Amino acid sequence: MGLFILRRVGVMILTALCLTYIVFFLTNLYPNLEKLAKTQGNFRMSDEAVASWLTDRGYLQSTPKKYAEWIGVVPSFRQVEEDGSVNGRCIKPGMKPEEAPHYCGILQGEWGWSSVSKAPVVKVLSTRLANTGYLMMWVMIVMVPSALIIGVLAGMREGSATDRTLSSVSILSTATPEYVSGVIFIALLASSKSPINQWLASNGWIEGKALFKGSAAKAMETPTFENFTLPVLTIALYGMGYIARMTRASMAEVMTAQYIRTARLKGVSFANVVVKHALRNALIAPFTVIMLQIPWLLNGVVIVETLFQYKGLGWELVRAAGNNDIEMLLGISVVSVVVVLLTQLISDIGYVYLNPRISVT
Amino acid sequence: MDPLSWGAIFTQILIQFTPVWVALIVLYTVSIRYKRRLGLYGKLFDSMIGMIGFALVMFWVFTALFAGVFDLIGTHDPVAQISGMKNKLPGTPVRGAEEGEFAHYLLGGDTLARDVFTRMVMGSTVVIAIAPLATLFAFMVGITLGLPAGYYGGRLDTGLSFLANLILAFPVILLFYLLVTPEIVATGLPQFMAVVLFVCPVVFFAVLIHSRFRTQPSKNIRWLVVVLVPLILLYLSLINESGSKIDFWPLDMFDIPGGTLVVFVSVVFVNSPTVFRIVRGLTLDIKTRDYVAAAQTRGERPWYIMLWEILPNARGPLIVDFCLRIGYTTILLGTLGFFGLGLPPESPDWGSTINEGRKLLSVYLHPALPPALALLSLVLGLNLLADGLREESLRD
Repeated sequence: MGLFILRRVGVMILTALCLTYIVFFLTNLYPNLEKLAKTQGNFRMSDEAVASWLTDRGYLQSTPKKYAEWIGVVPSFRQVEEDGSVNGRCIKPGMKPEEAPHYCGILQGEWGWSSVSKAPVVKVLSTRLANTGYLMMWVMIVMVPSALIIGVLAGMREGSATDRTLSSVSILSTATPEYVSGVIFIALLASSKSPINQWLASNGWIEGKALFKGSAAKAMETPTFENFTLPVLTIALYGMGYIARMTRASMAEVMTAQYIRTARLKGVSFANVVVKHALRNALIAPFTVIMLQIPWLLNGVVIVETLFQYKGLGWELVRAAGNNDIEMLLGISVVSVVVVLLTQLISDIGYVYLNPRISVT
Repeated sequence: MDPLSWGAIFTQILIQFTPVWVALIVLYTVSIRYKRRLGLYGKLFDSMIGMIGFALVMFWVFTALFAGVFDLIGTHDPVAQISGMKNKLPGTPVRGAEEGEFAHYLLGGDTLARDVFTRMVMGSTVVIAIAPLATLFAFMVGITLGLPAGYYGGRLDTGLSFLANLILAFPVILLFYLLVTPEIVATGLPQFMAVVLFVCPVVFFAVLIHSRFRTQPSKNIRWLVVVLVPLILLYLSLINESGSKIDFWPLDMFDIPGGTLVVFVSVVFVNSPTVFRIVRGLTLDIKTRDYVAAAQTRGERPWYIMLWEILPNARGPLIVDFCLRIGYTTILLGTLGFFGLGLPPESPDWGSTINEGRKLLSVYLHPALPPALALLSLVLGLNLLADGLREESLRD
């Protein structure tokens, strides 16, 4: 087991390095750097001015070297100016060159400066991450139990009317991407023009004009039922169907097993068979699926945060990508790659741990 | 002229779709009549879920066909702006409509005073043109790489699986943003990716034919020429675009409009690793069967075994996954449109129209809902179709 985890961690680190290198390479292509120079310096710079601006800041070194500097395993770029002063990536304004550290990369906690937020990437990213984490927590709280309940109820008696109905519901939910369900939810539940809200308001059952709010812009400080329900529901709905179908398949398989029949023949009640005998074995497969859904949820988070103006990681990704905020993009890619790989690792280890029939050697 | 009531709007929309209803009825009558002779396709008509799914899918395929090729169904020009129709409610009469012009905006006007109904109908042509083709390419890439990875195993398998996992661990939207920005397109990177990805189908067909007719040289050459010459010509004019990084081929038959190629490449790129994993898994399973051992004992070459013994026997799960994956590709295309990436801004595709409509959603409901429901019904249809196919193919 120890060796298995060690090998997986090794592959994981290699993958993370490759992925961040690809993002680094793509964000550091010359046209992007040129745009950066023009937005940071001045829009009417000539080509030579752009080149010298970039050279002064070490942007025109070879990509592997820049990447190593960014990671923090190679001393970072420095240049002695004509007047004898030294500048470089690690030397912040007001800092003497002799005191500045030689290494400043991701490993040293120096994630760079966000050109759009005008703040250190670490600071911006941590607040965004906290917001997204809070959103994801509620998504999980809503999604996982409801998906498992739907799956178990449907798989309990395969082919029954309950099964048919619940399976159709889960197919419908997997066919509804976030930008469709989000738009439908806003139109039906958050717009004062929607018939449902007009009916509710005319009866005096809701205080404002609509049941929910179509924007979660205030949910970062004060999350309320009104402004937080729709984003959570939208993300949860898309992931729910898939988990429910996996749970159903696994439950249906377990229910045909010999030991279930034995238990029934012994006279154990159906409810007891389901809860005490079947459930434990049926939940092994959904566990892996739930963990592997997290990267998918990240995708949904980007859409939902854009749709509801919730300032989390996804919202920041769209803003950074749209405004050529290179160091912020790199920071976001590091975070998301680590999240994806960690969930894969946990699901692998968890699967082996939960299912003793799987051998790792 | 008076605005239409909801009942009248509904009836009028049904009337507009007349060619589609006719085509659907003909297709279903013929298919159900001869279903015993049509193999797996015929069996689809034994399952209620499969029939509903197939009807939804074919509804949009016919809509795309009639709207895109014959210019039926739609009531106005999808990009024409008619003054005074901005954000007008469904059923509003067109101001100053002339004789022979359609007199109403059936589903209202959007923020640029274009007809929502026509844009929804024309949006289907974009999806139906790109999604199945992109999925097909992803399958070609996945099959060409997945078969040897599963069959040979060893280092090749380790390397290719690592690459596939690498792409799968990439946050899809970040990848899209990185690939689709104009700066990156200007460097020619998506085109180089197209060169690599689109060569897979050519290689696939070359190996497919050669492995079959290796022992009959004359037949071999005839087939290779017949299939490969058009394919290579297509391939070259596909990747070649005058004025870009790759511009060497004089006989450029067609140019893919700028953004579309990039969108196509990114969708294929994102989809192929999953296909690769499925094909590899199926190959690992099937290569232990007796008929593979028999072929090996006969002295067949590895590629013959892979393409003519293993692949045909893996078709069931692959067909089911193909349907599901078209649905997923449709969702991806919508995502791209939703973020305004790749496709031209005027494009009536569903993702872009949803994106335009959502900005004023709290005031005007009608521009965003039709494309959203259209996309939902197509993906739902594909999912139901896949479910029906799975059920029927398991019954064998």
